[in-house]
Amino acid sequence: MKTQMNIRSLINRDNNIVQLLVMTVLIFAVMTALSPDKFLRYYNFESITYIFPELGLLSIAMMIAMLTGGIDLSVVGVANLSGILAGVLFHKMAGAAGIADAGILTVLLGGVIALGTGLAAGTVNGLLITRLGITPILATLGTGQVFTGLAIVLTGGPAIVGFPTAWAFLGNGKILGLATPFVLFAVIAVLIAFVLSRTALGINLMLIGTNPKAALFAGLKRERMVLYSYMLTGVLASVAGIILSGRTNAAKSDYGTSYLLQAVLIAVLGGTNPAGGRGTVLGITIAVAALMLLSSGFQILRFSNHLIDFIWGAFLLLVIAINAYKNRTR
Amino acid sequence: MALLRRSETVIAGILLLAMVLIGTINPAFWQLDNLFSLMRSNVIIGIMAMGVLLVLISGGIDVSFPAFAVAAMYLTIKGMLALGYNGVVLPLLAATLMGLAFGAVNGFFVYKFRMIPLIVTLGTSAMVRGFLLGVVGTSMININKMPTALIDFARTDVVSVTKADGTTYGLTAMVLIYLGLALAMHLVLRYTMIGRSAYALGGDPEAARRAGFDLRKTIFFIYCVAGALAGFAGLLHSGMIWLANPRDFVGLELDVIAAVVLGGASIFGGRGSVLGTMLGVFMLVMVKNSLIIMRVDTTWQLVVVGLIVIAATALSAWRDRRRAA
Repeated sequence: MKTQMNIRSLINRDNNIVQLLVMTVLIFAVMTALSPDKFLRYYNFESITYIFPELGLLSIAMMIAMLTGGIDLSVVGVANLSGILAGVLFHKMAGAAGIADAGILTVLLGGVIALGTGLAAGTVNGLLITRLGITPILATLGTGQVFTGLAIVLTGGPAIVGFPTAWAFLGNGKILGLATPFVLFAVIAVLIAFVLSRTALGINLMLIGTNPKAALFAGLKRERMVLYSYMLTGVLASVAGIILSGRTNAAKSDYGTSYLLQAVLIAVLGGTNPAGGRGTVLGITIAVAALMLLSSGFQILRFSNHLIDFIWGAFLLLVIAINAYKNRTR
Repeated sequence: MALLRRSETVIAGILLLAMVLIGTINPAFWQLDNLFSLMRSNVIIGIMAMGVLLVLISGGIDVSFPAFAVAAMYLTIKGMLALGYNGVVLPLLAATLMGLAFGAVNGFFVYKFRMIPLIVTLGTSAMVRGFLLGVVGTSMININKMPTALIDFARTDVVSVTKADGTTYGLTAMVLIYLGLALAMHLVLRYTMIGRSAYALGGDPEAARRAGFDLRKTIFFIYCVAGALAGFAGLLHSGMIWLANPRDFVGLELDVIAAVVLGGASIFGGRGSVLGTMLGVFMLVMVKNSLIIMRVDTTWQLVVVGLIVIAATALSAWRDRRRAA
């Protein structure tokens, strides 16, 4: 009885979630109908659980930046730079034993460096936006370029290949039969959902995004909250970078460039208002799942990656149109 | 005094200072052929910057124009090859119109759905590039297949000089096209109703609407012109480099936006001038090209451009805030 009430209140609170679920089921059904023997294989879903977390974390990061009406175009740059810095460290510290057998301390240090990179990058973004008053679009466009540029300077262009086994476990291992990145994603998603809905930071961010002026008059520390939100965004991006470098056993300055568009698309699709004030982790999660099903389905149908890019773009515009239409009738 | 306070004067001053600095580090900078090649590199970015300037003035942003440019270029050349047509005017017109049509899609979404221009143009950009590479093709069209008329046209020089060793170099006539388009844009922005309405829209959309500006017409005009200029520049570019590459112009949006912001256009809309933009374009191109003659490793290019964007936007944000205060 009680759970029923909860579901009802969930539906009432946000029918966007219901709409998303319907869409996901629809995509699932269509893809199943188009190629039932290949799409429904266990292997297909398992591989989705490995790829999904990177994009999911970047999308959550994008959503947090959008909560205050901003955007973070540097997430992919931060992710790659984090992976590369950790990779450089591993190559420097690798002794005669080789990189693969690097000790747990080395791996931990690598993790600290990667996360620290994300935190530092997010802090730079946040300070540029709050202290210098640069619009988030241009600030993060610029820093994204700097981060990618530093990644090129560090590697000279080619990928850094070879990560410790323990590091790779984060990207392609298994915990209790589930993909490690997926478990990581689940833990982080719950954590972020909690932060956004139950802590002062989350509530403040929503209020600032809904009405910046009112938030200012109500005495909210806007600058500090926005700074924190970009720091959080940076850290999430670096976690995505860790998973990406662990999964592919390599780090490169131009990995995952198409993730940027996809993260924006997922954030918007997941019910985030790019003008600020609205966005949920649950919405993002369902949206990522839906789009992962979509793109794996198209891959099975042997669509080229370029065509899938085309479809993502078209989907984004379609979602914009639908959202605008919905808001008008309301 | 009023002249000193204009942002164009400030940019010109910084530009001169940078030129002296680069020239001191490597005197080769002042050689005529280096200066000519600098001006040549200005043309394509400059033409695109005129469109981006218009968009920024109206308070929007456009990241789709490189995709439009490459699509218009590649489709036009593919079409020319398919039809066996060899010419200059009609293809340029076709590329321009194609860009315009793409731009109209941006305008439609920005106006009709009141969506943030960044997100709309990210979407159209992905669609156009995805379509081009996924459906039209991924192979480059090399010099041996490129329409000769286009190459000959883009090869025209205004002046040409013969060096002591017998090689010749010259200033490309494409600079004149750039200057002509810039002048046209200047006149439109200064003296026409549609140009003024772009400023009004960027200053305050609601005020512009109440003052009786037709926002629909203005928004469509802005994005169509930005697309058209991109399409035109795209085809011109392939004539100048004798190559049609469907993967060209990746990441160019940042360079162009950086140049326009560097030229004093406000990121909040309502401010910006053609002269400032031209100076900004020159500055950006000069710094990028001079990294090589200053013996800086080319891997640093992205970092430098990124830092320029940040510095320029920080300065303009600081200026705008001070003005508002």
